[in-house]
Amino acid sequence: MDPKRSRNSHESVNSSESTRFPDEVLERVLSLLTSHKDRSSVSLVCKDWYNAERWTRTHVFIGNCYSVSPEIVVGRFPAIRSVTLKGKPRFSDFNLVPENWGADIHQWLVVFAEKYPFLEELRLKRMTVTDESLEFLATSFSYFKAISLMSCDGFSTDGLAAIATHCKNLTELDIQENDMEDNGGGWLSCFPENFTSLEVLNFASQQGDVSFDALEKLVDRCKSLRVLKVDKYVKLEQLHRLLVRAPQLTDLGTGNFQQELTPRQCAELESAFSNCKNLHTLSGLWDATSLYFPVLYSACGRLTFLNLSYAALQSGDLAKLLPHCPNLRRLWVLDTVEDEGLEAIGSSCPLLEELRVFPAAPFDLDINRGVTESGFIAVSRGCPRLHYVLYFCRQMTNAAVATIVQNCPDFTHFRLCIMNPGQRDYLTGEPMDEAFGAVVKTCTKLQRLAISGLLTDLTFEYIGKYAKNLETLSVAFAGSSDWGMQCVLRGCPKLRKLEIRDSPFGNAALLSGLAKYESMRSLWMSACNVTMNACKLLAREKPRLNVEVMKDDETDSQVDKVYVYRTIAGPRRDAPPFVLTL
Amino acid sequence: MSKPLQEHDYIGLSEGPSMETSEKNKGLNLKATELRLGLPGSESPERESKIRYAIKGFVSGAKRGFSDTVNGGSGKWVFSGSEPDLAKNGGLFSPRGVTGGGDGGGKSLGGSESGSVAVKEAVPLPPKPMPEKKPQVSGSAPAAKAQVVGWPPIRSFRKNSMASNPPKNDENDADAKSGSGCLYIKVSMEGAPYLRKVDLKTYSSYTDLSLALEKMFSCFTIGQCCSHGVPSRGLSESRLIDLLHGSEYVLTYEDKDGDWMLVGDVPWEMFTESCKRLRIMKSSDAVGLAPRAMEKCRNRN
Repeated sequence: MDPKRSRNSHESVNSSESTRFPDEVLERVLSLLTSHKDRSSVSLVCKDWYNAERWTRTHVFIGNCYSVSPEIVVGRFPAIRSVTLKGKPRFSDFNLVPENWGADIHQWLVVFAEKYPFLEELRLKRMTVTDESLEFLATSFSYFKAISLMSCDGFSTDGLAAIATHCKNLTELDIQENDMEDNGGGWLSCFPENFTSLEVLNFASQQGDVSFDALEKLVDRCKSLRVLKVDKYVKLEQLHRLLVRAPQLTDLGTGNFQQELTPRQCAELESAFSNCKNLHTLSGLWDATSLYFPVLYSACGRLTFLNLSYAALQSGDLAKLLPHCPNLRRLWVLDTVEDEGLEAIGSSCPLLEELRVFPAAPFDLDINRGVTESGFIAVSRGCPRLHYVLYFCRQMTNAAVATIVQNCPDFTHFRLCIMNPGQRDYLTGEPMDEAFGAVVKTCTKLQRLAISGLLTDLTFEYIGKYAKNLETLSVAFAGSSDWGMQCVLRGCPKLRKLEIRDSPFGNAALLSGLAKYESMRSLWMSACNVTMNACKLLAREKPRLNVEVMKDDETDSQVDKVYVYRTIAGPRRDAPPFVLTL
Repeated sequence: MSKPLQEHDYIGLSEGPSMETSEKNKGLNLKATELRLGLPGSESPERESKIRYAIKGFVSGAKRGFSDTVNGGSGKWVFSGSEPDLAKNGGLFSPRGVTGGGDGGGKSLGGSESGSVAVKEAVPLPPKPMPEKKPQVSGSAPAAKAQVVGWPPIRSFRKNSMASNPPKNDENDADAKSGSGCLYIKVSMEGAPYLRKVDLKTYSSYTDLSLALEKMFSCFTIGQCCSHGVPSRGLSESRLIDLLHGSEYVLTYEDKDGDWMLVGDVPWEMFTESCKRLRIMKSSDAVGLAPRAMEKCRNRN
């Protein structure tokens, strides 16, 4: 409640006699609301509430940076301190979106610098961020505290240096899985000697050395540090030195976990871990083998999230470690652990809620290793609370999936990736329709679904008929005809994000969603059967959608990629030449 | 419309006599000036030409590590475009292709459109990064199936991480591509409006890499020629005529120290470990990097 802002008191005086809370009371109450969905609902009640909400909102979440313009945002919300922005379509993570597509943060920063001088937090996902932008950010906002970049590109460690140098009140520097140029680790040394406010430091995705001396001193003086995730160039013995200086950590990402240690060093490391009484999340563990797991055992009992997806462990390694981690809620592993490893999960982690199994050799199509349906079944038997799964495998059966969802009916996120596109049930030779049918019929809370394997329109009929809470659907190499996509568009009332690649859906399917797309965040279709005429028709009929086609050959009517999203900002003004806005 | 192709040595001087020879051996000269990232010691079997499009200082017989990696005679520094997949959509996955027919019709991409869709997608269109195609034609260990862009859906960071930390396998797989994830690096070309990325792990030799790069960047040099009509054998003579405007290209890379090096000097494995990014430069900019081997090669014909 900023006393300096002007009040719109006319409306209060003239509003009806029904609810006459003084503005201050309304605002006081509304300022306690944090969920942006709740705030959206509140803003729709009446003009008073709309105004009270906009004045009290401090955080804005923008799921698609092109759905709105920075000017509109600052115009509606004058008191923002924290912004979350998402940019490119998700398939850009897999190289399906050409470089220089857009989603550049800079123009946003320019507008924010003028209107939100008190901006404290910026969280970006799939945006392009240049070093210049980072420098601009660091020098334009004196109260800036937290920056989180996930899956972004366009910057280098020089940009991090700018942040470290200028942001005197920084509490969070979180750089996750970005395409970051490595110009050396000197940026860490840019934090001033009197800088102590850091709480979150994550540079796990750095591809080179940092100055360990600077890191050690930084960790030593930042007594509030609770999240520390280092890159894989930090060695085990260096980790020890960090841990003794930061026993208060709740979230640790180790560096490389394979180094020759003397027994004394091992004992010291073990002691350091056991002193971390608040540690609940552990990740990193590059090159870890079971050799040094014992140093972790004392901390394992408290762990709720263990990320082993950068350690190519065998099943035996996992079987040794997991009995020490009975409180795990979330576990990420590589498929090198195989089905036996998954069985160990099933028997050791009864509280498990989330499992992600990543492929160690995804592009090796000839390999017949990794995990299969039996590992998945084993986990489902031992972990009835499982509700989030991401599973990469090379074989699956309809019966197995049916069993799995019988055991775990509470799935909210079911992402199954059978890595060979269009693969059948390997036992019966049938399509995998019944598998996903079972998922949507049994898991009524399902919000996110990713399908794979050989799938006909039947899968989509099932989805449309049963998946009433589905919000995100990812489709690849699936379906037989337009009918499939039509079923989904017609049947899933809460659908917000639909991304489709390499599937036989054409113009009829695209146009069947005419009435729906404005209620969705976005639609992505690539390598489908859509033509320019249909896209143009869609654009014409729905002026509040941006229909963007990415094509190589303008004379050809076949559309390679089309991205449709609702927007109040009109067509993009920064579209590169290969993006045609219709 | 065929442009007379001027041969230039790396200093940029054109050779007078080449014009006469060009009339006589039109095909050869065309090949000489096409975009070929040739390395010393490499020959083009298809063309049966001894012209080497050298990208290194080519005093014949000069010691260079690269030629060790090229199996004598099998190096294909050609703009062959001979990948059979190009014509039959092997590059970009089609359900029928991979599942060996799929089930009857149910999975087809639909009617005749599928044909056009499929072929279109097989074309190395600029937005699609190279890694979708395994270099099957290179003679290296054949992949059972073609790779597909962005599939399986794994983020680059994870792919690159696994590249440097290959999982321990009991099998000893000699194929450099197998089981070790990916190593994506940027490739830029002078004059091209955007960069590309290639996964060095999908190639096992300079030959493979060169072939892939030629295919990827041909679009910039031959414009619309790079399209459905490319015969499996390679570019036809008439296409070659439309090719480069007589300029030559050199492949360079930036190593870990930030220096720009000529590709081909060191063994392939060493190269992949130290290469941070690639750049296709005009040879006129690469003065001193690759002197007159071209001339020598031509003179041999």
